[in-house]
Amino acid sequence: MRDDDQVFKALADPTRRHLLDRLFERDGRTLTELESELEMTRFGVMKHLHVLEEAGLVVTRRQGREKHHFLNALPIRLIHDRWIDKYAERRVSALADLKSKLEEESA
Amino acid sequence: MTTITAQTVQVYQVFIKASPEEIWKAIIDPEFTTKYFHGVTIETTPEERRSYSGSDLRNVQDVLEYDPPRRLVHSWVSYYDPDMAAEEPSRVTWEIGEQEDGYSLLTVTHDQLEGAPKTAESVSGTGWMFVLSGLKTLLETGRPLAA
Repeated sequence: MRDDDQVFKALADPTRRHLLDRLFERDGRTLTELESELEMTRFGVMKHLHVLEEAGLVVTRRQGREKHHFLNALPIRLIHDRWIDKYAERRVSALADLKSKLEEESA
Repeated sequence: MTTITAQTVQVYQVFIKASPEEIWKAIIDPEFTTKYFHGVTIETTPEERRSYSGSDLRNVQDVLEYDPPRRLVHSWVSYYDPDMAAEEPSRVTWEIGEQEDGYSLLTVTHDQLEGAPKTAESVSGTGWMFVLSGLKTLLETGRPLAA
């Protein structure tokens, strides 16, 4: 079962974020295409892609002999819904509370 | 063999704490789709996928594969926008796989988008993510995602 920890860990690396950005620009790339843009061994890139795949951020599809990599941004969206919305909402409700408190005092 | 190019194949994957049967029902049952699919009432039979706005039939798509509760394939036209409606139909595949601890993995692949660049742009990113994140929330909490 994938969890938020895996997603946060996968994102906590500049090379992996770079790979996600490359896939965001153009999806469905092969390992060969992805490694040509990085100063890293093929094995190194494979390892990073594996971490992204384990976290569910990359989904692979085989087509003939080629393996294509697709960005799956849903885990990031879910973290956004679960964490970022939650804290943004608290700030909004804190302001709403402040407003009603101030209005109460001036009444 | 076709070649995969930019944006013409889009893959979305999400774990949902629900059985494949529950997820299948949420995909084909119009009462469910209204709560997560942009408010659209979508009825799916082994032959057709019909979209209603209220009681008005707005769109009918072909169902290409209907294999409950594992796999549903249907054609897609973004009928709600005139420019996109004029584009060629694309294809949506829903695959449901059972995982451990009561979870299932739902994979949605939207492909054959070569003749529908505007549709491809529109459904990518937040388009499918909003729907699928709403579907997950609905099945796991019984409530629709707050707008």
